[in-house]
Amino acid sequence: MRPVYVVSGGVSKFTKARPDKTFVGLVKEAYDYALADLGVEHPRFFELVDGTVASYFSDHFTRQLMAGIMAQDYLGMCPKPSHRVEGGGATGGICFQEAWKAIASGYMDVCLAYGFEQMSHVETWKGNEFIALASDVSFDYPVGGFYSGYYAMMVTRHMAEFGTTVEQLAHVSVKNHINAYHNPYAQKRQRLTIADVRAAPMVAWPLTRLDICVMSDGAAAVILCSEDGLAKLEKAAGRSLARVKVGGIGRGTDAMRMADRPHQSLEDFYKYNALPNEMDADARAYYTNLWAKGFRYPGVHSFRAGRMASREAYKNAGIHDPLHEIDFVELHDAYTSSEIQTYEDMGLCRYGEGGAFAASGKTFMPGLDYGLKLPEKPACPINPSGGLIACGHPVGATGLMQGVFAFWQLEGSIEKHFGDPALQVPNARRGAIHSHAGTGTYVTVSILEKEA
Amino acid sequence: MTDEKFPKRIDDNLEGTVVFNLPFPAGEDLSSLKQMAPLVIKQPYAIEYNYSYGQDSPFFAALTNGRFIACREPQSGYTYATPRGHDMYSGNETAWVEITPEGKIHAFTVCHFGSEAFLPECPFVLIQVEFEACDTLFLGRLIGVDPQAASIDWIGRPVKGRFLRNAKLKPTDIYFNLLEK
Repeated sequence: MRPVYVVSGGVSKFTKARPDKTFVGLVKEAYDYALADLGVEHPRFFELVDGTVASYFSDHFTRQLMAGIMAQDYLGMCPKPSHRVEGGGATGGICFQEAWKAIASGYMDVCLAYGFEQMSHVETWKGNEFIALASDVSFDYPVGGFYSGYYAMMVTRHMAEFGTTVEQLAHVSVKNHINAYHNPYAQKRQRLTIADVRAAPMVAWPLTRLDICVMSDGAAAVILCSEDGLAKLEKAAGRSLARVKVGGIGRGTDAMRMADRPHQSLEDFYKYNALPNEMDADARAYYTNLWAKGFRYPGVHSFRAGRMASREAYKNAGIHDPLHEIDFVELHDAYTSSEIQTYEDMGLCRYGEGGAFAASGKTFMPGLDYGLKLPEKPACPINPSGGLIACGHPVGATGLMQGVFAFWQLEGSIEKHFGDPALQVPNARRGAIHSHAGTGTYVTVSILEKEA
Repeated sequence: MTDEKFPKRIDDNLEGTVVFNLPFPAGEDLSSLKQMAPLVIKQPYAIEYNYSYGQDSPFFAALTNGRFIACREPQSGYTYATPRGHDMYSGNETAWVEITPEGKIHAFTVCHFGSEAFLPECPFVLIQVEFEACDTLFLGRLIGVDPQAASIDWIGRPVKGRFLRNAKLKPTDIYFNLLEK
């Protein structure tokens, strides 16, 4: 595989509704921002780009099949090669990785990944129905199809297994909303308290409205390239570009119906799922004790796909101790609970420790006042942008939005793009982006690194 | 005569008309159109599918007859509470086996909001049921509890399936009650 670089990105403002633009107009906004930041105009970029990948989740929201080619057409990318990818909530992350593959394989030198979702064309309850159609329509959807309900069942099991509390969940909401206060692209920029989160209307017990991301209209675009592509773009831009490399990618899957997820033995966990930082005697003793209490993996409390995606990405990027070798993570926090579950999947803490880890302070940004008493210093800020909970979740754009924000972090240009330096992770050298589909069916993890 | 058989003008009527006029620049200067507010229209869409349950059909026939069947891999005995025609490990075809739909709550939630189709039923309780004879879970509704009294202590409580008298050929043809000791 050849080295792959991220060289530019753009994001439209995520918001509840953008009736002023059709989806192609939103994609154009993100693309134009990425080009302007690169310093190359469209006709010149068109000469250099080899192809594109389009990302959007639901044909229902747009009520338009083949929406990918409409965006391709509107961007002025025809007749270059392109295809659409779809994988639920992970669509954007998959798109990023498909563009990576196009470069890494030698098929392309420059590839544009763009994604969008315009969810405001239907009311929220109808949108929930469209999203719930991404569950088994024979056995899951008819029982009460509602993704927040599915995730809430995972939460109750996590609470029962590990003693995770709703206050620990609320720490994630407070953190991400306050981070987003400094991000002008975010949909919900709010200073919340734990009490605010718990007092919000209950949606699916124990998840309140402030534990759950909202539907959004938005688009994002990322430009990836090879060494040769980078040289061509630098020549076109007339300047040196930041060298942010994709250090490794990983992807995992799990059964569509969470009812079908296995309940594996400790031996199988260590054979198939454990991370390098779980191999020492201390970790083995911890997990042996957990299994002795009846814990089985992954059950409905853990995302095996997220673990497998992390495992593969870490292997490819040479990461052995993720908490100390990754400087920040933009992860798929559609629910506060899924952020906590993902800490465990990504090996930032052990399975069962996610709740305490969420309230420890390790995942918070340094220098921001959260109004919380946090026992420990920040170690690896999670969702410095505000994540999905605060930025919004226009599904096909979300994973690419993470790519753009991670690129800006590593480029050291957060202040330039946000107009505020507060969210710049100090000395960021390596970041991870994590994209996740329905109850952990598809998960992608990609590692981005600033080259020395 | 040609004009009558193939009229060139559409016969205008009021069907589908939602507006009779919109502001528009009168002259040649169209630059103000860039400031125009977007037009948002209603666009109904309805579909009726002829949906097949395919290899899972016997499960629904069983529910209609007040019986619950699961899928078992013949060699390993691994049993799926939710129908699955082929085993995910061996790839072998599974066999139907009848089980007693009694078990315990593995996970649950109370939905106070939901998809449009289920809004009238809110709040309702979803549970993942753990059957003794099965290796996987089954998603169902828990009926007969106070949805406002949700408690993590519900996990582990024994439940028993009950069948709708008039089947709808949906997985909700079976629902669950707490099994009082």
